Parts: sequence; structure tokens; C-alpha cells
Amino acid sequence: MRNRLAVEIAGLKLSNPTMLAAGILGMTGTSLKEAILCGAGAVVTKSVGLKPREGYPNPTVAQAACGLLNAMGLPNPGIDEFKEEIKEVKQSETRVPLIASIYGFSTSEFVKVGKVVAEAGADALELNVSCPHIKETGAEIGQNPDLVAEVIREVKKNVKKPVFVKLTPNVANIVGVAKAAVEAGADALTAINTVRAMAIDVETTRPILANKIGGLSGPAIKPIAVRCVYEIYREVDVPIVGCGGITSWQDAVECMLAGASAVQIGTAIATRGLGVFKSITRGVNIYLRRKGFRSVKEIVGLSHHR
Amino acid sequence: MSAYLTTANHLRIVKIENIKQETPTVKSFTFKDKLCSKARPGQFIMVWIPDVDEVPMSLSGISPHACSISVKKVGEATKVLHQRKTGDYLGIRGPFGNDFRVVRGKVMVVGGGTGITSLMPLVESLVKENVEVTFLLGAKTKNELLLRDRIQTVLSKTKGRFEITTEDGGYGSEGIVTEFAEKYLTKEKFDMIYTCGPEPMMHRMLQLASRFHTPLQASLERLMRCAIGICGTCVIGKFRVCRDGPVFTGEQLSEVKEEFGHFKRAFDGRKVKL
Repeated sequence: MRNRLAVEIAGLKLSNPTMLAAGILGMTGTSLKEAILCGAGAVVTKSVGLKPREGYPNPTVAQAACGLLNAMGLPNPGIDEFKEEIKEVKQSETRVPLIASIYGFSTSEFVKVGKVVAEAGADALELNVSCPHIKETGAEIGQNPDLVAEVIREVKKNVKKPVFVKLTPNVANIVGVAKAAVEAGADALTAINTVRAMAIDVETTRPILANKIGGLSGPAIKPIAVRCVYEIYREVDVPIVGCGGITSWQDAVECMLAGASAVQIGTAIATRGLGVFKSITRGVNIYLRRKGFRSVKEIVGLSHHR
Repeated sequence: MSAYLTTANHLRIVKIENIKQETPTVKSFTFKDKLCSKARPGQFIMVWIPDVDEVPMSLSGISPHACSISVKKVGEATKVLHQRKTGDYLGIRGPFGNDFRVVRGKVMVVGGGTGITSLMPLVESLVKENVEVTFLLGAKTKNELLLRDRIQTVLSKTKGRFEITTEDGGYGSEGIVTEFAEKYLTKEKFDMIYTCGPEPMMHRMLQLASRFHTPLQASLERLMRCAIGICGTCVIGKFRVCRDGPVFTGEQLSEVKEEFGHFKRAFDGRKVKL
């Protein structure tokens, strides 16, 4: 029987449209494999760079009313160690695509890291040009269409793997950045990273996060993600992966109606557990059957058509 | 589950009601918090010291009126915490994680160093359920023996046994606590072994549990950030210590035998030998 949930994004075959978002678990091969076992259609690793980074001191997360703030500070063991974690996943001979999230403090760092993850067996790269709280990388690149384009062009020139680009919502015009990314050769776009945000404790009068400013994720930002996906879908031809506050099958369907070919899940793992991949997939499947769709692809961008 | 987690994950500011110097390096801090009063033995909280750090701490006391943590001065955060006075404020999130499963019959509890703190509420629950407890408490020196009087008091009304060992022989019996555990296991049958302490000690207890066909529950310690199962800092194999633990069964620990007792992850995710 044909799998009505199967999707293909930038040449990657996913058996269902749910993906593990970057930065969530994903620091070790074993935890990536666990997300695969729990039903993720694809997994994105924690962002990895050239050198090890400890990240920021705690507190690195703070609960908000309808979401979660975090400023982890890109902790990672550096590509030399992390490539072994990628190999561990690929050696398990899973068919589930592994996408390596990478960051760099310069274009040449992106290229160097990209080459190593590709060699280690990553099926695609996701460029983190959207982390909202690190100086000289992340959103400081992602807010500038020219810098985004430069990084993508160089990575595409040197690494023969599909390139996803994760966009920041912390810009006046996300469509402009999206178009620049696609013109530079991006094979897919992930929208969105977290929204720059902050929390201050009233009793102690102190900012809660050690880094003071972090990124907001979870249900609070889902409407922002839906709007971004919707706006980008109208203007670009590459697949979009929706990300931001997706917690239920309804959220996933909404994001796909806006134009997402698949969705990434992160914060919902805290509230729903790792079973969230299967429960969303099941819900989407029932929805498709009930509405008479033969494939999940039929609902991608459907809200744009009358 | 969902509502529980987000509620528990909200930061609360609590006043330090009382401070007790337990040993030269350990102080217990008492505070009031409704959610912590409902915590189960073995659960932990994240303790925020504004402008300094946030660290995971086992609850060493759980009661309807007050809860406590017992903190050893080991680093910057705990040093600052030790300077706090009664009436000062602390931030807390939690309680998080799973708890010790209480069984009936006759059990052995093996605690080492500060690991004893999470076993304290467990022993109180066991005694309430009329479980026969053999408590083996180990420390390097007499100065590091923790919560001795509280354990003594709790067990005094029962037919439970309490044996203290120090490595230098400065108090109780001289030797390593696991050697005493082995002696008891050779002579008697236990329905469960509960353990918390340095990982090499717990690793040894797992070996003994397997040799004597006795089930085991061990409470693990790892570096933590989010405490709600998403950041991946505290993983051991496929398990997240903050969410799937901190209490693991002997069977679960056997599934991660490449890591348990051998290495843990640093904040940057690199492996560090234990």
C-alpha cells in the first residue's frame, strides 16, 4: 500500500513529515537513534561547529506562559568528535535521513564543518544562520541577506549534499532573506528559529537566563511560524520545513496548509514526550483519510488556494 | 503529564527558612514550596542562585510543611549558596524526574557521600510501609558522614539495621561500603537494593546485585541544563537522566553498560572518564 504520509524534501525521502528539530537532544548518536525509534521521519543534529563549545552557564532555560526560553550557547563537542556520533547513526543502517545542523564564525568555518559532516554520512546540512543569542554567527549572519547568500554559495560549491537553511524570524522581512537564500542555491528552507526574548524575575529583580537574552520557542511562537511559512511559500519554489511551537497534529496540518512540506518538533518533546512524533503522524494520517486526501503532499500550501 | 511539567517548570522564589550545618562541607537548607511538598522520594529540583548558576539538587527532605536540600560545597554555585542566610531567597524549578519504587519485604539501602541525600526521603517512605531496611552508609572519613542522626532516628523505631563504614576507620567499621554490602548479600536474601552515591560504588553494587540475583534501583547524577528532557546534556545511552531517571533499574543500567560506571558527558558533550 502506498504511504500517504511519505514526503520528499530536497531529495531526502521521509516516511512521515515529522522531524526532530535542531538543538533538541541530538548531541549523541544514541539519542538521535532514539528519536528515530520513536518515529521521527528525519532527525536534525544539535548544531556543530569547528571547535568544542561549553555553551552558557545555567540557567539556560526559563519557562514562559506559553513557551520556553532558552540560551544554551551552542554547546557541542566540535566536529572532530561529533563526526563519530553521525557515523554511529549511519552505521545503524537506518533509512531515516540525518541532517547535520552546522554553524560557523566565518564562511570558511561553515565550509570546513560541512565537508566533515558530509564525509561522516550526513544526508543533508542545515545551516544555522539564525541562533538568536551568539555574537558573530547565527542570526548575525541570518539577518543579512548578503551574508546568508555568501555562506550558502560557498557551502554549495564545496559540499555535494542538499542544503537546508534555517531562517530567523527576528528580521523585518523574512521573505527577503528567504529569496536571497534560494537564489544562492538553498535546496530547502526551515522556518523558523526561536524568537529573541527575555524573562526577568520580579522577586530578585534579576534576568533569569545567564545570557539574559535567549530565544522563545513553543506554542507562543506557532502563529509567527505559520505566518512566516505562509509568506515565504508565496515567493519561493523550494520546499519549506515548518518549525515553531508544533505540538499537536492540528499544528502540523496548519503549518503544512501554510506551505510547509514537513514540520520540525522540539519544545513539544518536553510537554508531550518522545511519543509526540507518532501521535502527530497518527493524527495527520486520520485527518488525511477523513478529508479524502491520498497524500500529505496535497495539503502543502493548500490555504493559498480557494 | 503536560500540565504537570509546565507548572513544575515555572521558576518559584522561596525563602530559606532554616540552615543546618551537617558536616564541615555540607549544609541543609529548608524552604516551603507546595509542589516540592508533593514530590516523591528520589526526585530532584533545579536550584537557581541569581547571577551565579542553576544546579540540580536532590530533595533531602519532603514533608507537607517544609522541604530541604543538602548541599556540599564543591564549586562556585555551592560556595555562594553556603554563604546564604536564613531569610535569603532561592529560585527553584521542579520537582523533576522519576522516583524510587517502594517494594515490600526486606531491602538494602547503600549510600555513599552526598548520595545519601536522595535516599533519606526513600527510607522515610520505606519505614512508613513497614519495610525492613538494612542501611549501609559509607564515607571516606568521619567528617563526611551525612544525615547520620536523621537515619538513626528514623530507623530506631523499626527492626531495621544501620551500619556505618568509613574508609579510614575514623567512625563505624573500617572499609569500603560495598564490601559490607557483599557480606550481607552472601548471608541474607533481599527483595531490593537501593543505591545512590559515587558511580563506581553504584557500578559495584550493580555487579553484586546481578551476582546475588537481587533487583536494584540506583539514582544517577549527570550534568544538567533544561531538566525537562530536551537539551540532551544529561543523556546516558538512550536515557535522559532528568526525564527517564534519575532512578534506573538494574536492567536499564545493563542496557547502557558501555557508559554506566565508565564515562559521563561534559557541558560541551565530550566524554569524560569517571
